[in-house]
Amino acid sequence: MAGLHKSELKNPVMNWIDTRLPLFTLMNKEYAVFPTPKNFNYFWNFGALATVALLVMIATGIFLAMNYTPDASMAFSSVERIMRDVNYGWLMRYAHANGASMFFVVVYVHMFRGLYYGSYKSPRELLWMLGVVILLLMMATAFMGYVLPWGQMSFWGATVITNLFSAFPLVGRGIVTWLWGGFAVGDPTLHRFFSLHYLLPFVIFAVVFLHVVALHITGSNNPLGIDVKSPQDTLPFHPYYTVKDSVGLCVFFMVWAAFVFFAPNFFGDADNYIPANPLQTPSEIVPEWYFLPYYAILRSVPNKLGGVCMMFGSILVLFVLPWLDTSPVRSAKFRPVYSKLFWVHVASCIALGIVGAHRPEGWWVVLGRVATTYYFMHFLVLLPIIGKLEKPLPLPESISRPVISRGGGPLPGGAPAKPMEKP
Amino acid sequence: MRIAPVLVLLGALALAAPALAQEEAPPHPGWSFSGPFGTFDRAAAQRGFQVYKDVCANCHSLKEAYYRNLEGIGLSAEQVKAIAASIQVPAIGDDGQPTTRPALPSDHFRSPFANDLAARAALNGALPPDLSVIVNARAGGADYIYGVLTGYGEPPAGMKMGNGMYYNKYFPGHQIAMPPPLQADTVTYADGTKATLGQEAHDVVTFLSYIAEPHMEERKRTGVKVLIFLVMLTCVTYAVKRKVWADVH
Repeated sequence: MAGLHKSELKNPVMNWIDTRLPLFTLMNKEYAVFPTPKNFNYFWNFGALATVALLVMIATGIFLAMNYTPDASMAFSSVERIMRDVNYGWLMRYAHANGASMFFVVVYVHMFRGLYYGSYKSPRELLWMLGVVILLLMMATAFMGYVLPWGQMSFWGATVITNLFSAFPLVGRGIVTWLWGGFAVGDPTLHRFFSLHYLLPFVIFAVVFLHVVALHITGSNNPLGIDVKSPQDTLPFHPYYTVKDSVGLCVFFMVWAAFVFFAPNFFGDADNYIPANPLQTPSEIVPEWYFLPYYAILRSVPNKLGGVCMMFGSILVLFVLPWLDTSPVRSAKFRPVYSKLFWVHVASCIALGIVGAHRPEGWWVVLGRVATTYYFMHFLVLLPIIGKLEKPLPLPESISRPVISRGGGPLPGGAPAKPMEKP
Repeated sequence: MRIAPVLVLLGALALAAPALAQEEAPPHPGWSFSGPFGTFDRAAAQRGFQVYKDVCANCHSLKEAYYRNLEGIGLSAEQVKAIAASIQVPAIGDDGQPTTRPALPSDHFRSPFANDLAARAALNGALPPDLSVIVNARAGGADYIYGVLTGYGEPPAGMKMGNGMYYNKYFPGHQIAMPPPLQADTVTYADGTKATLGQEAHDVVTFLSYIAEPHMEERKRTGVKVLIFLVMLTCVTYAVKRKVWADVH
């Protein structure tokens, strides 16, 4: 319905704008008074941290792109020029390169948070699926960004990963040639990867926006996994969660800064300081740490096409997770079996990461196959069965009365919360 | 009487143990520039520049670095100007023909060969890597470069060496095309430091570490300030958080 917005803002200029374009009202509704469960723990910081990481990556990336040259004969030297001659170029590049790792750390924690507290369950299925889309976009962006310095690992990583598509029958080779823009990874590949590496973060930003919109429709999950029942269960987002997110953000920046300033090449591979050489393969081609689990899955399957399918499948299975988990209870706190399996699942993911960093020889192959099998079994077999068999613990009445004594009545500590003023 | 041979045997085993392993870890001589507060030892870096200029520069390029970078190891602008001017770099003359001119501080270090093919043609097919970021480009970093420079020796009995290859303890595969570049007294230091092999290697690795990252000192100094600020900001933010949340139960 068309019509001017009835703004309540006192300032006449802001009121004039708000009447015609109610941005201030929107921001106030979604970020200031937005009712948020009062019982978040610090794991609920990681969504905000990921958003900030994305913004810092875009900001540093814009400055890097001003000085970078996506040409096979100049890319390596242009990065060195950024490091040596551009004012604070070293800071921009180190913040950006380590930022990729920081971004993945917070996103992985954010995802495991969702897995533990059942944040993917109804009504948040679409919210979760949008998150998986963001993860896929991040992976593509990070991969193409790693190619840009045009070092040995950039070049050979690009060669190995793009060659994965050749596993598909009939169309495989054609796809690879199309991706490369030629018959080998070369100048056209670098140019298009740069173009896409600049484009995709804005696509990510758009999907993050949808992710947040969906979140504000369903409302946040919380550590108890039960629905908000009354205004007593919630707090306005500002100042309670703006300040709590700020605490986490400060700690996050400290970790990030520690790497940027004191161990800037910790996550990097020495080989990427050697200019790309198509005639010389490095002794080992290893992806960045955040891809190691998928790399381990890929190499655990003796068949190339099978390995590629399993690797993509390890992400795609997350899309159907909301329907694989049959338990009506969200939070693992009240799921005695799932809460154990969750940690086995975490261990299997970490094991896959470690396997991915080693040559597929001897026991590493065995461990890789066991962990790969468990990874898929967790989602495809255990979650559907456990949900049916497990006997969940009694759920609390409400967030503001979280504790249920063994006898069923509230404990003395569960006094009613002070009522919050609601608009 | 009896215990001595046992000790010797144990000592020999202890020494031999790393050699038995497939790859021996390079030595760890200790660097002025390591650690969160490390800075480049200016005197060592200047001596290292002398080693680079007299020895390495005959075969290795330093393409990404400029002569002006030498000011960062404590040389004055005048000294840098003089060093650059003593080197002829390729140029195009007013007549449009290739010629040379004295280098300026703003010039890149001159490469010893016109291109990679020229280098291979002159050096038995081997291509000396560019040294601009060599310290970052090798796993093990400064320790590894020091190890290669000091790791030459006789090949173990039975090892078959390729034509024109040299045995090196720390080089992967132990066969390196570079002849031993440094011996004791390869250079004569202007500051009177005794030019042992270890000293020369230590100095040139210090220089190359500086060249690999001329902003390292600025990076660490900035990092200390940033972290101090962030620690204080975290404390204040946490205090505010406690206060805001004080009335929530």
